Amino acid sequence: MLIKPRGKVVTLDLKSVWQYRDLAWMFFKRDFNTFFKQTILGPIWYVIQPTLTALTYYVVFGRIANISTDGLPPFLFYVSNILVWNYFAYCLSNNSEVFSKNANLFGKVYFPRLVVPISVAMSGVVALCIQFALLLFATIGFVIAGNPVRLHLTVFLFLPFIVLYVAFLGVGVGLIVSALTVRFRDLAYAIGFVTQLWMYASPVVYPISQVPEKYKWVFYFNPITAPIESLRSSMFGTAGVHLELWLTNLVVTGILIISGLFLFSRAESTAMDTV
Amino acid sequence: MGNDVVIKAENVSKEYQLGVINHGTLYRDLQSWWAKARGKPDPNTEISEASVYGKNHKRLTGDHFLALDDVSFEIKRGDIVGVIGRNGAGKSTLLKIISRITAPSRGYIGLNGRVASLLEVGTGFHPELTGRENVFLNGAILGMSRQEVTRKFEQIVEFAEIGQFIDTPVKRYSSGMYVRLAFSVAAHLEPEILLVDEVLAVGDINFQKKCLGRMKEVGKDGRTILFVSHNLASIKQLCTKGLLIDDGKVGSFGETGKVISEYIEYFNKKQPAIFERSLTDEAGAATLLRLAVCNSRGEPTDQVELTEGFILNIEYFLKEPLTGLSVGLQIIVDDGMVTVISLSDPEFAPERLQTRMPGHYISSVKIPKNILNTGMYRVRVGISSRFTIYDVVEDVSFEVVDSVGIVQFMGWDRKGSLLGLQLPWDVKHKQ
Repeated sequence: MLIKPRGKVVTLDLKSVWQYRDLAWMFFKRDFNTFFKQTILGPIWYVIQPTLTALTYYVVFGRIANISTDGLPPFLFYVSNILVWNYFAYCLSNNSEVFSKNANLFGKVYFPRLVVPISVAMSGVVALCIQFALLLFATIGFVIAGNPVRLHLTVFLFLPFIVLYVAFLGVGVGLIVSALTVRFRDLAYAIGFVTQLWMYASPVVYPISQVPEKYKWVFYFNPITAPIESLRSSMFGTAGVHLELWLTNLVVTGILIISGLFLFSRAESTAMDTV
Repeated sequence: MGNDVVIKAENVSKEYQLGVINHGTLYRDLQSWWAKARGKPDPNTEISEASVYGKNHKRLTGDHFLALDDVSFEIKRGDIVGVIGRNGAGKSTLLKIISRITAPSRGYIGLNGRVASLLEVGTGFHPELTGRENVFLNGAILGMSRQEVTRKFEQIVEFAEIGQFIDTPVKRYSSGMYVRLAFSVAAHLEPEILLVDEVLAVGDINFQKKCLGRMKEVGKDGRTILFVSHNLASIKQLCTKGLLIDDGKVGSFGETGKVISEYIEYFNKKQPAIFERSLTDEAGAATLLRLAVCNSRGEPTDQVELTEGFILNIEYFLKEPLTGLSVGLQIIVDDGMVTVISLSDPEFAPERLQTRMPGHYISSVKIPKNILNTGMYRVRVGISSRFTIYDVVEDVSFEVVDSVGIVQFMGWDRKGSLLGLQLPWDVKHKQ
């Protein structure tokens, strides 16, 4: 093996990432175990958070602003959107400061740095699963209570794909930000409110069907649109998602993940000199 | 690369940019860029510590600091190489580059085999997790697969002498247990090339010995080890070769004993701590002319060995006859505490009653070995009679170093004791 100065050409070493797959698993286990050891309520938090958020959205956007929930009970509508969005935001925010947060570790031992973002994406799935279970039970509850809601089992077919797609998207954006925060520390502060703004530009508190035609093109470039809409339509049978929307979203995500990997690999070789 | 060469460094340099790179904020970057665009000096360039220190001046050009400067060497399979050099010489940077923590600025390093680096014990240990969980986590961080850790788990626990506490969160461990467990994981790595940085300085003596033994065993299997340490005793004991890094360059590379003696030699020669001035007309009745810290052989130096005594030479000139004269000496620790006060002519010494004739005098005092522990000291010397202080010289600094590694090896530290005294203990078996 040859150790070279950081060059212009970046080679992606995915083979060595695969060799360190056990490490990604260990990081995942560490995050999982410490979360449950350090919090009293443990997994309950994953239920409380979307429930209260959904309630807030219901009051503010449902009752006061009177925004439609696509014909669904507001609670199901909001929770379904929130769980996709949460997973994306989790991957994004936890990866945006990978180098500075892991400086102790990265400064002492080498392993492919990409292992950390991958383990973050894995950790986020735990919350996602719990929140999906909440959504599932709530839906069943609504059905039993005689609400005109229907639970489509196609969701189980779509969900793995949606999760994988969002993981790629969140990690991709996170990698770009993490590579930039090595150089520009203050970007880490910006990322919080940028994520907040991004949420309002995504169909989380409103369905895309409510968006005026002339603004719809925006959502073709917002890669989190398709998964949010798809989860809802595959689960509750609401209006389907256009293929063009999926395709453009996929292209955008592809560009993001590739540039993320590129920037991250470029940054990792000398990141420890500056953090 | 030859077949038995496992590490080959070719013209490796590592340059750090001082000041400018540490902006960390977009705002300041824009500020710098704007200043540069108008031809103004960069408002964010810091005056780095290295530029203030005269010592590293050669390695500093503008705001670039050369941590490693054109380093080349070849290490063969099975070599155990001790890397030595003073603080900031570039030893750790070299290890960081070989272990791929950071990339070199220029040059190449070729490696033939799996590398494991041990720059710290217990990297990634999480206090909330149990010993068992941490063994698996730390093993994975160091590059072991899960099966590998599972296979060696019993051995690791046994080596660490942890016993039934393996399922206790490590936050409840004593620091000794923590270090033992952490080192034990590392000791069971089976890389072709092992990089070790000063990690043996922690832990109790018995365990240190055990680790040294373990490392020796590892070396016998044809594995290559790079071992950075200030502890020359263990380097001498362990290593087959020595690599002296001096101001970012390869100072010497070869047989361990030879490199170590070159290193000690170099210590004794470098930058003597001397104060000197010539006599002027305005000089008072008594003037201090020279103050020098000398090693046991009488050569001026700024670094003295803990295990050797050292001498302070003081020269002064008297313009007129003076009575009751004495030279006073204070040795002050870097934080201001005075450790030693000594007078050349104590208050009640009969000599003090005599009148000292005008002329040039030399007073010297020998400080015995093992009195001052390792660290930086400042010397302050005054010349006075009973009621008048004629002259004071201070801020001659010297360092007590422990090249032999006694203090470190015994697990002592400056924190623990100001003095380097070795007291005669007596241990008897109680009947």
